[in-house]
Amino acid sequence: MAQAAAVAKPPAPPRRRRASATPRRLPYLLIAPAALLMLGFIAYPVISVFYYSLQEYNPTKPWRNGFAGFDNFVKIFTDDPMFWDTLVFSAKWVFVEVGLQLLFGLALALIVNQTFVGRGIGRALVFSPWAVSGVLTSAIWVLLYNSQTGITRYLADMGIGEYGTSWLSDTSTVFSAAVVADLWRGVPFFAILILADLQSVSKDLYEAAEVDGASRIKQFWHITLPHLKDAIILSTLLRAVWEFNNVDLLYTLTGGGPAGVTTTLPLYIANTSVDAHDFGYASALTTVAFVILLFCSIVYLRLSKFGGENK
Amino acid sequence: MITKEATAPAPAPARADHEPPRQAKKRRPAWDEVPRWQIYLPLGVYLVFTLIPFYWILLFALRPAGSTSLVPWPMTFDHFEKVWTDRSFGTFFENSVYVGLATLVMTTLVALAGGYALARFDFKVKRAFMLALLCSQFVPGALLLVPLFEIFAELQMINSLGSVIIAETVFQLPLSMILISNFIKNVPYSLEEAAWVDGCGRMRAFLVVVLPLLRPGLIAVGSFAFVHSWNHFLFALMFLNNQDKQTIPVGLNTLMSADSVDLGALAAGGIIAAVPVVLVFAFIQKWLITGFSAGAVKG
Repeated sequence: MAQAAAVAKPPAPPRRRRASATPRRLPYLLIAPAALLMLGFIAYPVISVFYYSLQEYNPTKPWRNGFAGFDNFVKIFTDDPMFWDTLVFSAKWVFVEVGLQLLFGLALALIVNQTFVGRGIGRALVFSPWAVSGVLTSAIWVLLYNSQTGITRYLADMGIGEYGTSWLSDTSTVFSAAVVADLWRGVPFFAILILADLQSVSKDLYEAAEVDGASRIKQFWHITLPHLKDAIILSTLLRAVWEFNNVDLLYTLTGGGPAGVTTTLPLYIANTSVDAHDFGYASALTTVAFVILLFCSIVYLRLSKFGGENK
Repeated sequence: MITKEATAPAPAPARADHEPPRQAKKRRPAWDEVPRWQIYLPLGVYLVFTLIPFYWILLFALRPAGSTSLVPWPMTFDHFEKVWTDRSFGTFFENSVYVGLATLVMTTLVALAGGYALARFDFKVKRAFMLALLCSQFVPGALLLVPLFEIFAELQMINSLGSVIIAETVFQLPLSMILISNFIKNVPYSLEEAAWVDGCGRMRAFLVVVLPLLRPGLIAVGSFAFVHSWNHFLFALMFLNNQDKQTIPVGLNTLMSADSVDLGALAAGGIIAAVPVVLVFAFIQKWLITGFSAGAVKG
């Protein structure tokens, strides 16, 4: 036994040499955990969504379950005003949010990229809402918008507006109120990404432009912005997808209301599957949402010529 | 020509109108000379917008119930006590820490392995795998709730934190892996090869040579995973039904959707939810910028 153990030892050094000679199986072993997790918990659910989209499937009405062909899809496009309403609202929400977040984020990044006294603390404070969750954002803004003890009360004390104003329950103000709340949390995301990308602009370019007498605005248009282009395209796309899919904030802040005017498509889908238990129809809606998202993303990447000279 | 003149001790005539020339070597490059008010004014305005909501929640958490004072004085910690024990935020906090740390560890390890393979090898399914990673970005986790619920029910994992940890990890993975593979690409392969020549195995070479250089990137990715899973709400809401298994965002939502919202308790709960992420954020802020500028938007 003792001898066997002693014999077992020597193979160690050869193994080392083999390791550096790139064993063919190594890359597959390395991606295996990620691949398995994604197969099991993304690919399989996606496929089952596609499958359910062709089914009538409602656990509370099991006697009707079964193959439904394209009935669900026909209903979506011909007989479901909620689908169109929520799709339009989603588009509006994503467009306004991403546009404003990019604008403010870019401005903010350019400002805190300057050298000035208090830059470190300024950056930290300005970026801090980035880490705040959608639910917490809602909690904070619910306190701010509260009709009795919120900001409107103190504004009314100063003679601005009326007492008891509730921005979240008025269909004419709820959109702006929700947009502001989500901006508060979303702007730092762009500011951080753009600031990171600004670090790699070559300073020589600015100095050369300076020598040529280019104004700072011209430098921004001709040096900074082209440099940021790819980062901006990618971050707006990721953010748009994220804003479209994310339901945390609207779910907790407005619940899609009042009167359904802030219901995005994903929120509608969540309600359809969770509250109404209509899994088949919700799956068909999910499929449609997914296709729309993928289509818009491809068009966006094509139109924006992302990567330019990419290999 | 002109730049050389400008660095010469004699005052450069072209720039005399700007301001009295300072010590030549300490001069800022001209492109960096932005009037101070153009920095402080917009920054100040934006800071007000950023900080008022934070102040507001602090105010509600610290002033006694029913008070309308705009300063939290007299100060009370009653709301915190109530939320921590009566509303079981103590338990929620523990669960959230557990989920956050487990997600951080799992995401970082799995993404590190996969990211290394993507950065250093060419293999058959690489392109397909990259494509799958990108496509997964368009798959909304919220829309997979039902099939995910069924899978976890099948695995007997409903009401166990494991379900949330797995779901969070899976949806963090693609982006984390792409980021990490970019970080690894930035480390010259020759460094690793040199270590092999010195007799290190691939594993040892990776641990000794590459891993230390990945620190800013790993901090960025790991903290992302932690913050996301700490904040994320829907998975926990769907997969955890027992009160003693729920996480902080679910607890906050419960407070908010009550018939008469206890604003003080909500504010105190919000502060409890914010403290860990704000601490993480304060700690990683510096690395976040460098981490991103190294790993972002390449490849």
